[in-house]
Amino acid sequence: MRINHTSVPVDDQQKALRFYTETLGFRVKHNIPLGEHAWITVVSEEAPEGTELVLEPAEHPAIGPFRKALVEDGIPYTAFTVDDAAAEHERLVAKGVRFVQPPTDLGTVITAVFDDTCGNLIQIMEEKAQP
Amino acid sequence: MDIYRAIADRTRRAILDELVDRSGQSLFEICGRLIMKHGIGSSRQAISQHLDVLEAAGLIRTRREGRSKLHWFVGAPLKEIGERWPVSTDEDTSHSTDEDIEK
Repeated sequence: MRINHTSVPVDDQQKALRFYTETLGFRVKHNIPLGEHAWITVVSEEAPEGTELVLEPAEHPAIGPFRKALVEDGIPYTAFTVDDAAAEHERLVAKGVRFVQPPTDLGTVITAVFDDTCGNLIQIMEEKAQP
Repeated sequence: MDIYRAIADRTRRAILDELVDRSGQSLFEICGRLIMKHGIGSSRQAISQHLDVLEAAGLIRTRREGRSKLHWFVGAPLKEIGERWPVSTDEDTSHSTDEDIEK
């Protein structure tokens, strides 16, 4: 058993595709039209053969209230690993990304949380080198 | 809710310390700071109740930014303490911290 895919529910798949590629910098792996929606996955440029992120239509009526409650409390839907949280924060802010939490040193990790404009908060996490 | 009861609890004092460090935090950020920096692993529900107590005492206020609810520290109610028991200039004014108190 392997974990090859993970997913985020998105309000609008095409808008999400633009945000996750043009803004975040991921690469499209699959974009297969399936009737009303599409099977869209993106991968990291640093690991193109790695885990694929599925941009999944947030269609089920339960997703709305669920994500509203998460966002209200500032809880990220998922997290991505970065080498330098401060540099990513600076890069993304310059592209107009809104952060709910700027880079915060929590001892072993530095984390920050931003709005993906598709209904989710996303955390970036830098693991600090251990002395 | 009076301020004395509000600040009589170690977790609530730690919440205020963290909100002084950075104003405008979500419940998620507050919980993350409490567990990672203070070793306080209370549930989100418990921390939420602590925030309600602090808000009722006027020591924090909340505001929505986008769709997230953020929390700010408000120091004004604490002025009452200094006015009620003023510190005279000729006494020892070395400070103690929570760590000293709990030892």
